[in-house]
Amino acid sequence: MARPATVEPTSAHSVASTAATLGRLALILWRSYIVRRLLKAALTIYLVSTLTFFLIRLMPGNPVDVYINTLISQYGFSYQDAANQAAALFAFNPNEPLLAQYRDYLQALAHGDFGKSITSPGTTVTSIIATYLPWTLFSTGLGLLLSFALGVLLGMLTAYRRERPIDHLLTALGSFFQSVPNYLVAIVIVVFFGVRLGWFSIAEMRGAYSPGVQPSLSVTFIKDALYHASLPIATYVLTTIGSWLLLMKSSTIATLGEDFVTVARARGLKDGRIMSAYVGRNAILPLFTQAAIAAGFVVGGAVVIEQIFQYQGIGYILLQAINQRDYPIMQGIFLIITFAVVLANVLADLLYSRLDPRIRAMGGSQR
Amino acid sequence: MTTQPELLAMKPPSLGHRLARSFRLGLSVLWQNKVGFLGFLGVLFFIALAIFGPLIAPSSGEPNMAQIYQPPSWSHPLGTDYEGRDVLTQVVRGGRPIILVGALAAILSTLIAITLGALVAYVEGVLDSIVMLITDVVLTIPQLPLLVVLAAFVRLNRPWLLALILALLNWPTLLRAVRAQVLSLKAREYVEAARALDLGLFHILFREILPNMASYILMSFTIGMTGAIYGQVVLYFLGLAPLAGDNWGIMLNLAWTRGAIFYRDSMPYILAPVIAISLLQLSMVTMTRSLEQVFNPRLREG
Repeated sequence: MARPATVEPTSAHSVASTAATLGRLALILWRSYIVRRLLKAALTIYLVSTLTFFLIRLMPGNPVDVYINTLISQYGFSYQDAANQAAALFAFNPNEPLLAQYRDYLQALAHGDFGKSITSPGTTVTSIIATYLPWTLFSTGLGLLLSFALGVLLGMLTAYRRERPIDHLLTALGSFFQSVPNYLVAIVIVVFFGVRLGWFSIAEMRGAYSPGVQPSLSVTFIKDALYHASLPIATYVLTTIGSWLLLMKSSTIATLGEDFVTVARARGLKDGRIMSAYVGRNAILPLFTQAAIAAGFVVGGAVVIEQIFQYQGIGYILLQAINQRDYPIMQGIFLIITFAVVLANVLADLLYSRLDPRIRAMGGSQR
Repeated sequence: MTTQPELLAMKPPSLGHRLARSFRLGLSVLWQNKVGFLGFLGVLFFIALAIFGPLIAPSSGEPNMAQIYQPPSWSHPLGTDYEGRDVLTQVVRGGRPIILVGALAAILSTLIAITLGALVAYVEGVLDSIVMLITDVVLTIPQLPLLVVLAAFVRLNRPWLLALILALLNWPTLLRAVRAQVLSLKAREYVEAARALDLGLFHILFREILPNMASYILMSFTIGMTGAIYGQVVLYFLGLAPLAGDNWGIMLNLAWTRGAIFYRDSMPYILAPVIAISLLQLSMVTMTRSLEQVFNPRLREG
């Protein structure tokens, strides 16, 4: 971020002093937790974008070369025409030198241009993402919120009812659902509740909403969208609630042993107030560091879960693109999922540093 | 773990001796924790299945179109699949490839995590910052989308290639854990003594610190293996790895795509791999968790 190149040097002395100032500035900025966090996020996005460019353009047998060769051998295109055709799909021109292609690619990404679909000509990848991403964010976001809220409540409950039957039952169930892969839970839901017991009509629940319903902010539409998202959400909740529960339980138990809780009790404060303002607030803090990891896991997991329930979100489209070898879509969706997860990470970290002043004071050095 | 003062004067116990001691300690602890011990027995069972399964059932049988989706019977205890082959035979045979690739991936990711994690924790400074930055970056990339996208570019037709890709996604969490552990072990007296004796980086890391982390390394290994099996089964289930041979992931894929969910008689066909994979993951997680409770006393609750 510190760019000495933009400064016009006049003499050797001023260069040295400018460099020193910039260096000091960089050091001050680096010490700031938030700046460091944002830089790390930017670096992640940059590296992932570079990785996809490498996969799309530089690997032996990469899709751009394959596409150009197919046009030449099957449709009799000249190399020039074929390369122009490819340039229309991918966000760079294969005729240019490699470095220029890379620059164009990054520039296009910065402008939100992910190229065009190979299999459905004329459709931009950006428009596909805009259509399907909201559904994934809706279902995974709701699933995460629900499982976090429920997990925290149940975790506190088990901590307060330690060694009682309810603790043993919930802890065992939590550990069970934490270890079983989420897609297996989804399969079992489809097999038992969908097909065997017939509680849900799996075929009817396909897609993000029913074919006849117009997307709008009406009650019917919201009910329909929730109905279609209910099984993916149930899967996200079931498979992540266990980790929240176990984390909250151990965190609450640790907090209950703190002196300030004993003092609060000695002061004769009401149990409900101690539970929420003294124990709950402090016990919940460590969970925020896990929230970012959970977000990545759930949004990433959507790739399989959406496939199982045929829920038309970004994960479903990603798999379709992979099966049809539609590389621009694949690349665009992978990048947008990464952006979403990186963003969630940054937000969770910033929230955590706001809630827990110790992080800011230490510059987050323990993370 | 316990360093009596007189031990310092004596010849240090050999590596094998130390490993055996921490293994015995781990076993005695598992014995006390019933769920953990059950997990340990489960892991032993699956290892045995991986070794002997394909010996018990040398072939998964020929397709028999007259026997499609048969209900469970004496000759086919779990019924038959979409082309009339015995399901139980496939379950018995199907563990080895999954467990083998999982173990291979776990070995690779544990190796990366231990060598790099121990080194940067010991050396600290710029190298530590750089490695931790890379670790954070890789940790943030959503693993499953990366895995399926990579599978679209790389033909995963070799087990070691599959293991390598899975390992490349798995090492960051392990590295963080190893680094934290080495950072705490580094401050112990016996390591300081070794440093005072100027025994050299290699000796201190591999003879003093790592043997005292044997249980920890075992834990990293099983955590890595759970992750690798999770990812591997996804690849088979979504049809992104070649569907050749018998394994639980392929069974899951075929049962799902060939409509086994719609016939009452084919229930065991789809549920068999689901249960096998779940039990494998459950055994490993419960074993690891009870080991964790032992070696991380902060988790032990009264």
